[in-house]
Amino acid sequence: MSATTAPAGTTRGIPARQILRGAILIAILLLALLPLLNHLPADSAFRVSDFTVAVTGKWICYAVLALAIDLAWGYAGILSLGHGAFFALGGYAMGMHLMRLIGPRGVYGHPVLPDFMVFLGYRELPWYWLGFDHFPYAILMAMVVPGLLAFVVGYLSFRSRITGVYFSIITQAMTYALMLAFFRNDMGFGGNNGFTDFKQLLGVPLNTQGARAGLFYAALALLAGSLVLCRHIVGTKLGRVLVAVRDAESRVRFLGYSVTAFKLTVFVLSAVLAGLAGALYVPLVGIINPGEFAPGNSIEAVIWVAVGGRGTLIGALLGAFSVNALKTWLTSVAPDLWLFVLGGLFVAVTVFLPRGLIGLFRSAAK
Amino acid sequence: MSKPGLYMDGVSVVFDGFRALNNLSLIVDPGELRAIIGPNGAGKTTMMDVITGKTRPTAGTVRFGDADLTRMDEARIANLGIGRKFQKPTVFDALTVFENLELALKAPRDPWSCLRWALGGEARKRIETVMEEIGLSARAGDPAAILSHGQRQWLEIGMLLMQDPDLLLVDEPVAGMTDQETEHTAALLRRIAGTRSVVVVEHDLEFVRALNSRVTVLHEGTLLSEGSIDTVQNDPRVIEVYLGR
Repeated sequence: MSATTAPAGTTRGIPARQILRGAILIAILLLALLPLLNHLPADSAFRVSDFTVAVTGKWICYAVLALAIDLAWGYAGILSLGHGAFFALGGYAMGMHLMRLIGPRGVYGHPVLPDFMVFLGYRELPWYWLGFDHFPYAILMAMVVPGLLAFVVGYLSFRSRITGVYFSIITQAMTYALMLAFFRNDMGFGGNNGFTDFKQLLGVPLNTQGARAGLFYAALALLAGSLVLCRHIVGTKLGRVLVAVRDAESRVRFLGYSVTAFKLTVFVLSAVLAGLAGALYVPLVGIINPGEFAPGNSIEAVIWVAVGGRGTLIGALLGAFSVNALKTWLTSVAPDLWLFVLGGLFVAVTVFLPRGLIGLFRSAAK
Repeated sequence: MSKPGLYMDGVSVVFDGFRALNNLSLIVDPGELRAIIGPNGAGKTTMMDVITGKTRPTAGTVRFGDADLTRMDEARIANLGIGRKFQKPTVFDALTVFENLELALKAPRDPWSCLRWALGGEARKRIETVMEEIGLSARAGDPAAILSHGQRQWLEIGMLLMQDPDLLLVDEPVAGMTDQETEHTAALLRRIAGTRSVVVVEHDLEFVRALNSRVTVLHEGTLLSEGSIDTVQNDPRVIEVYLGR
């Protein structure tokens, strides 16, 4: 499917592109205000609740995940139905760090071992837990582990020219297999309970307004940084080769480009971004468990991108925020309806809005 | 200095017992323009697939200069200086004419170089020269999706020229073209040959005559006849294959 780069439409002389840019800037400024409004006295009309800050922070992490998916899917045509796995792995890396920071404050009071290890009769820390008491190491692992997994899965698939739906199925199986593995107690990752009851991060107690605001701004900075990085990439010749791979893969090969190398590059980069998003997500929500690997999560993230409009980057953000806002609202008023609405939304967008909400905006601007 | 030539000897390709190519031998000299004709199923496309590395021969030798093509993948063969134009023009619809040519330009092909790539004055001039040659200068900023059929074929030939290949394989370039477009294409290919070898596969005998080159006739995966267009048209074996059944 070719996403023809539509010439920028105009409204009253202002290019649509600039309206969009302005809207994004205003949205980011409004987002940045949220933690400040959280500090207002409780009776103020403009006060934003702790819940709102935490939920919005969560959406920002989801938006980074959506951006990562859009880079691989919208530009290079790689539809991964397992990006939730990269997100969860990044989350687990951060979770391990947070667990190590609990120290002797756990229920069993062991100086080093997390509670679940004491409970399961561990004598000492497994080797792969070493180093996670250092924050930079944990962040590094939140990028390296998803990146490495993406490299291995991507290399084996792309080299064998596994494309399209076959690749999607492999990634779906990947996240499912990881979910089953992480459910096992003897994996050393807390089994089905995962990690929770975190105390602090970088010396700041987590259950404070300050910590929430800090995490919120970190997530916002990650989102802004990812957006700038992705924008830059799609504007270079690398981005144009990716579009060419999406539209006519074998033709690119005959031009002398190694399609495998390009797909691998974008897929690994995308996984690293997803991992970072997961790493910030975990301290914001205060828990990580194998449920994050559920295949449905990855599919839902793909739907955000489809709803927003793939191959546009901004569409991914728009989709992540709007679908999650809808989800938060609907699961509080009619929780049983959500899955039907999500499925219906996907079908409706595919049939009526192949270019997503962004496509709607662009044709309205013309 | 000598440019490499193409050398095929005793090449066979067997798909599930069917011999798509049967002991085919063919030599194309450096700078030569060669037309390949033959009825459907004669093995023309399979021959192209073997040269470009898409299909591995079951037996035989395929060399380009000193390089053994049977041991290389498509990307390496393309980088060796062998360009291929497909029957169905496959240009990149979402990219402009200029961007299509830019992707084809000879430059480092790894992702990192592409990320850091900046279009220099020389590269721009080269792209503009090729756009001039294929007659698409006025369409530089248009997405390839809106070009006409003939223009897409020329854009694809332009993309091959950007790679500055030593051997150009052109598969049915004039199918569906108007007479004027066909004439333009023949002139373009004649111009291109000389500095590089060009192999054209075509059904249209009028077009092959306009190319004014040596002609090779394939039949059932093997070489049937070779020579000038008049020689092969009067060869009784060729007449039998084309008219006898």
